[in-house]
Amino acid sequence: MKYYNEKIETMPKPEMEKLQYQELKQLVTRLYANSPFYSGKMKEAGVRPDDIKCIQDITKLPFMRKTDLRDNYPDKLVCVPKDDVVRYHVSSGTTGKPTVVAYTQGDIDNLWTEALARSLVSCGIGKKDVLQVCYGYGLFTGGLGLHYGGEKVGATVIPASTGNSERQIELAQDLGSTAIACTPSYLIHLLDVAEKMGVDIRKDTKVRTAILGAEPWTDEMRKYIYEKSGIVAHNIFGTSEISGPMFTDCSELNGIHIGADLAYVEIIDPETGEQLEPGERGELTMTVLKKEAIPMVRYRIGDITSILEEDCPCGRTSPRIARLSGRVDDMLIIRGINVFPSAVEHALLKNSFLTSHFMIEVSREGRLDDMLVKVEIKPDAMTDGVNGLMEMQRIAERTLRDALNVSARVELCPPNSLPRFEGKARRVIDKRVM
Amino acid sequence: MSEEYIIKQLSIFSENKAGKLAAIAKIFLDAGISIQAFYIAEANNFGVVRAIVDKPEVAFEAFAKKNYVLKYTDVLAIKMNDVPGGLYEVVGLLGDLGINIEYSYGYRTKDYGALIAKVENPAEAVEKIKNSGLELLPAKDYNF
Repeated sequence: MKYYNEKIETMPKPEMEKLQYQELKQLVTRLYANSPFYSGKMKEAGVRPDDIKCIQDITKLPFMRKTDLRDNYPDKLVCVPKDDVVRYHVSSGTTGKPTVVAYTQGDIDNLWTEALARSLVSCGIGKKDVLQVCYGYGLFTGGLGLHYGGEKVGATVIPASTGNSERQIELAQDLGSTAIACTPSYLIHLLDVAEKMGVDIRKDTKVRTAILGAEPWTDEMRKYIYEKSGIVAHNIFGTSEISGPMFTDCSELNGIHIGADLAYVEIIDPETGEQLEPGERGELTMTVLKKEAIPMVRYRIGDITSILEEDCPCGRTSPRIARLSGRVDDMLIIRGINVFPSAVEHALLKNSFLTSHFMIEVSREGRLDDMLVKVEIKPDAMTDGVNGLMEMQRIAERTLRDALNVSARVELCPPNSLPRFEGKARRVIDKRVM
Repeated sequence: MSEEYIIKQLSIFSENKAGKLAAIAKIFLDAGISIQAFYIAEANNFGVVRAIVDKPEVAFEAFAKKNYVLKYTDVLAIKMNDVPGGLYEVVGLLGDLGINIEYSYGYRTKDYGALIAKVENPAEAVEKIKNSGLELLPAKDYNF
């Protein structure tokens, strides 16, 4: 099967723009009526649903940001009746409050799973495949998202979740996995584990495809993976705010197709908010056209990329985005989990013995990300015993893990030993080589 | 009175890195402090430098001025005979008295040895030790 939804995926651009316009119009009309938050923003900007007369009019609409989700925690942005919400996913936020995303049945079936089904088919995955999903299952969107997408295309899904690497290799061998979905660093780790176990991926397993995402990676890693294992690695994109992982590159391995009837993608100048031309690099901004529970309009995702101009030889007419080349903010991605330094600070300050002077050092120990948080202790927190200090360190590590959903090591430092910042704080030292 | 036997030890937080101990030693030097006894407890990336010095208040001030984190800790010094079994005699008796040593370190003068001990309740321990036959060394021998 070449396409999952051929008519839509290959729809000529003018026709698609009409469809996008209809979807946008419906969305905005519904938001204006049902979302006190977004209708308020529209009124502030002096724009009404009637002002949207073609898809290009989208630029009249106000932006949404991650902080909007925080400020409206937990569910004030939900604009369907509570009974229609069938699921929540939760990710870490910019400060203490996490980001909650709600889904209707339609959001799961017609948006998220539909997008993933198209994506998986575009990566060559179908009924004959056995898809081992090694993204975390739970509040994180990766596991369940790929799981539903895999089932939708008729593949056999193994909900392996994360961790226990030797068992992952055994599962892949014994159950005949043909495809694996995980973070790029975890796949590289699995390849190392397989090697140590004496398992040759090419000869001893059937794994030939990987769906990699949730953290930044490069074409060099793609090449390395292919040379080491014969696995063709596809890139998947998504954030929990737009549903979760949704869009992938196709067999061309050149840019991620954004299903045009599902989401309208813009690249904007992060300073001015002006829309940029195809080919120009700027901040990725997305309007999810089919979202019901928490619609996201002109959502500023914060990743830096550009729209690829040329038509894709695969025949899909949807726009493609280039590999993400950074962030407009200081968000970090640690083992697939988004981490904001502001959230680290917020968590540290829950401990009365710590100060707000901290530094984050990220490295890749072996193949996995390692986050070290150095933080100055308060002078009066001193204890004579090493145990007391070690306990403080453990407590700080626990508060970080609880707040960020990812573990970090903490190093207590004496007052005034860490850098001070006059302008914008640069608290992150990222030593990872992608 | 128990106070005369309670010695003020400095406990100084330090990173576990090359040159950090030298920086601490330099502060003692610059403040004209004489170190009587000294011990480092280390964890992964930091340590606690414990020092008994002649002028604890002067030293404390000098470290605080340099933004070090430190505190006073009350410890006791018990005389040990510098013969085989000297340590056994002291800690055996402390054990019999039900005094738990949280940590300790030893040193020796030309005449005798001494065990510096951090115990849970120093004042109570002093009373017990005084009647046990062990000899406590007075604080004025250390903190002048």
